[in-house]
Amino acid sequence: MSDNRKTLAVWKFASCDGCQLSLLDCEDEFLTLADTIRIANFTEASSAVIAGPYDLSLVEGSITTTHDAERIREIRAQSRSLITIGACATAGGIQALRNFADVEEFRRVVYARPDYIETLATSTPIAQHVKVDFELRGCPIDKRQLLEVLSAFVHRRRPVVRADSVCTECKRRGTACVMVAQAQPCMGPVTHSGCGAICPAYGRACYGCFGPMESPNAEALIAGWQRHGTGEPDVVRAFRTFNAGAAAFRNASEKHGA
Amino acid sequence: MADASPPTSPDAATEIAAAFVLPAARLADLVTALRMEGYAVHGPMVRDAAIVLGPLADAVALPHGWTTRQSPGGYRLERRTDAAVFGFTHGADSWKKLLHPPRVRLWSAERQGADFVVHEDAPAPAKLALFGVRGCDLRAIAAQDKVLLHGPYPDAEYAARRAEAFIVAADCAEPSGTCFCVSMGTGPSARAGFDLALAELDPHGDAHRFLVRIGSPRGGAVAAQLDLAPAAGADIAAAAALADIAAANMGRAMDKDAARALLPAQRESAHWQDVAQRCLTCANCTMVCPTCFCTTVEDTSDLSGDIAERWRQWDSCFTFEFSHVVGATVRESASARYRHWITHKLSAWYEQFGESGCVGCGRCITWCPVGIDITAEVAALQDLSQRDPR
Ligand code: SF4
Ligand code: SF4
Ligand code: SF4
Ligand code: SF4
Repeated sequence: MSDNRKTLAVWKFASCDGCQLSLLDCEDEFLTLADTIRIANFTEASSAVIAGPYDLSLVEGSITTTHDAERIREIRAQSRSLITIGACATAGGIQALRNFADVEEFRRVVYARPDYIETLATSTPIAQHVKVDFELRGCPIDKRQLLEVLSAFVHRRRPVVRADSVCTECKRRGTACVMVAQAQPCMGPVTHSGCGAICPAYGRACYGCFGPMESPNAEALIAGWQRHGTGEPDVVRAFRTFNAGAAAFRNASEKHGA
Repeated sequence: MADASPPTSPDAATEIAAAFVLPAARLADLVTALRMEGYAVHGPMVRDAAIVLGPLADAVALPHGWTTRQSPGGYRLERRTDAAVFGFTHGADSWKKLLHPPRVRLWSAERQGADFVVHEDAPAPAKLALFGVRGCDLRAIAAQDKVLLHGPYPDAEYAARRAEAFIVAADCAEPSGTCFCVSMGTGPSARAGFDLALAELDPHGDAHRFLVRIGSPRGGAVAAQLDLAPAAGADIAAAAALADIAAANMGRAMDKDAARALLPAQRESAHWQDVAQRCLTCANCTMVCPTCFCTTVEDTSDLSGDIAERWRQWDSCFTFEFSHVVGATVRESASARYRHWITHKLSAWYEQFGESGCVGCGRCITWCPVGIDITAEVAALQDLSQRDPR
């Protein structure tokens, strides 16, 4: 019997596995997923691996070693389409904090045998190494958005994933703005939508886990926070989290960093 | 400057001669009467450090003794020294969320063999009572009526929610720091478009009561059930005096006629770059604006490919998608986007709908995270054009 399902491979680089787990977390939809897509290589879920090439590769994680940099090229070569998932793969992740520090010194201080550790000085997103067909944001990614992207891929249509601010979702959800009503330094106005504005709905300012939105104006937002009394160290901390390596956030933290 | 015209509604079928008095302790009876009539009553309540609109089970949930302090980009909930129920102005949201909901499914389609069937989502039958609608908001609802009801393409969802909506208006006695309804000719008192209108009197003592004006036959019918005493002339005069005081205490002002002419003339002003430096293009101003009506449509299919859905949700002219056509975004810069927004609100709206698109509620000023102020931007442009008249 011929199997005309599209084949899927899921790959991991420097990351926490949280985004891959979002795929396993699609419990209700998983059977439909397995009917539609042939999961050919997903070692987090099954040790049975089918050799490539693959119709679609989902890539989690950032590039932090020379070995990674080679491996992602091989993966690209055997993937018809390649979609990156999560802040590590799209922006370098929290580990991109090394980009602002001295990795040599880390190696000496942290490890008993520094000579065992082979690592690059930077953590970089996949798109800096190979062509990426679509980048799905989030730390972790949103399960509904993942299903939307997979459905769009299978049915050859454009995924409905907007790049406007978290504020648009926050307002549609009916949350009273925590920046205006509680003077919290919220990242929402410069952050890419997709999570459904979860944090403000629970009374906490947005952390920026989806990275920069389509037209981020970080300087204007920082000026707003400063009027509420946010100091420079807190500004730097806010922009140096999971998407510290994304250009708009990196520029903001460098401008306000010591 | 104050609105001295008598509280009559040109829309109302009956002449509004009578006004009645509702003791504050009996406000609950009004909520109950509406619920008994089958209305889902929605009104203001305290939540998330703000006053927001939500379903009202009873009058207890109303923000008794609360007020707010508002400024550009700032909103603080504060305790009052009295028990006023309507002692605050606009909150974090508007009635738009009930009449023109943020997200609705329009239809779904299902594959059946080689064919497919479409299930249209008929608008949910809604019998809403809006409790505590301000003068500016009555005019905002009228503005959305023009767009979504009386235009060439009436909106079925809006029509279904609007048709039976019962409106209890509430006069403003204390405007906030961002209110400018007097400039826009929309407040501070309810003038037209309500079923009942309340003016709150003496909230600090035992005489706490509401002057009740009737704006429609069904408003009259609900009031009749409450068996209210007619208002004394002194109460009517007291409500009018409060309106005068409110009108004299506006937080802001704007010359709406000047703005209408100014904005198209200042299309090339360098000032737009100045706004662009400050604007986040976050879209909060359009989302909170009670007249902004723009939506976008999203089509999706599920993994199996057997179900497709079309959803409609609030959009904003501050997003890239909004002006995305054939592979590019027309209004790419923040300056172009802010200019489009303010020009539509204050000028182009006249050409389209014969009035201003701004009712002076001040929401966009308060809820802009960085406090960009529509009245200040108009004033700045006016100032520049006078210095460099071209
Ligand atoms: S709480 Fe944050 S995300 Fe929500 S509207 Fe305010 S600034 Fe935007
Ligand atoms: S433009 Fe601003 S002040 Fe005018 S109606 Fe809209 S939100 Fe209110
Ligand atoms: S100002 Fe923008 S969002 Fe509001 S109605 Fe006009 S185009 Fe639509
Ligand atoms: S004017 Fe304010 S609320 Fe509107 S898009 Fe700009 S920053 Fe956001």
